Amino acid sequence: MRLLFIALFFGWSLNVNAVIETYEFETPELRARYHVFVEELRCPKCQNQNLADSNAGVAADLRREVHRLLHDGLSDQEIYDFMVARYGEFVLYRPKTSGVTLYLWLAPLLMLVLALVVVMLIVKRSQQTSHKETLDNNDQVALQKVLEGIEQQGDKS
Amino acid sequence: MGRLKLFIPLMVFALLAGFFMKGLDIDPKALPSMLANKPLPEFTLPDLENPGQTISKHDTLGVPALVNVWATWCPSCAVEHSFLNFLKETEGVAIIGVNYKDDDTKALNWLFEKGNPYRFNVVDKDGRFGIDLGITGAPETYLMDANGVVQFRYQGPVDRYVWENTFKPRYLELMAGG
Repeated sequence: MRLLFIALFFGWSLNVNAVIETYEFETPELRARYHVFVEELRCPKCQNQNLADSNAGVAADLRREVHRLLHDGLSDQEIYDFMVARYGEFVLYRPKTSGVTLYLWLAPLLMLVLALVVVMLIVKRSQQTSHKETLDNNDQVALQKVLEGIEQQGDKS
Repeated sequence: MGRLKLFIPLMVFALLAGFFMKGLDIDPKALPSMLANKPLPEFTLPDLENPGQTISKHDTLGVPALVNVWATWCPSCAVEHSFLNFLKETEGVAIIGVNYKDDDTKALNWLFEKGNPYRFNVVDKDGRFGIDLGITGAPETYLMDANGVVQFRYQGPVDRYVWENTFKPRYLELMAGG
């Protein structure tokens, strides 16, 4: 019973990703490359889906186009260039490491460095304050004065 | 220095608020067209109104023109159609239609019923030319100059507001220049 539920659960969740049309491939390599492309190319219409997940008309057209280009014998780079020439770098879910996208790639590293600096500052400060916990003579004198001042004020009121 | 530190959260907030304010005005669906300032892709496609004949890019050149991608299955195209009629009749704009992934009979009926603002229509039955244009759906409208260089692309229905604010200044410039 439990196994059945598990099977049902997985069967159902897999269906969600399935697209309608099926393509024939001459070789398993072409099939594998096709699946990489439809996973990594972004649908220009419904922007948070890749080509594999999208039902939009243009996504179906682009899947057909990827299939055709693969069988025309184009290399991976040529197919990416074909897509970028028409839809811009926007269609790449894995954008190139150059130009404006450089900021995106470097941002996590920058954040990490920033975080480390902050942590170091905090640690350093806490060490400094812990040294200060014992009062030297000057501090004692100053403290005494303050305390006397408070006592005098208390007497007046 | 100690006092200044107190304002760091406020400054961070102001910075973020600035970004978010800007984000409100950005339409994430508006993609820059890769065709901007590039020639319209070459094509030779069937002529919708003259079966058996074809139209190629060469036939579209000579005057600044709009290239309008439309289909009978597209609700926004119906909205936009009367304005295209208006553009042709009152402003004399040359409009080239790309009938996108549509049925020829339905398309011809549509033009018969709603009026025909197009100089001519090419048939893009399977959407291949649409992919060359880099369209994401219909309607989409391109402004190109007399030499077939794309100046500007607009996604969605063109209405009076869109025309006045985006197309018209560029169009008039092209008409004056050419």
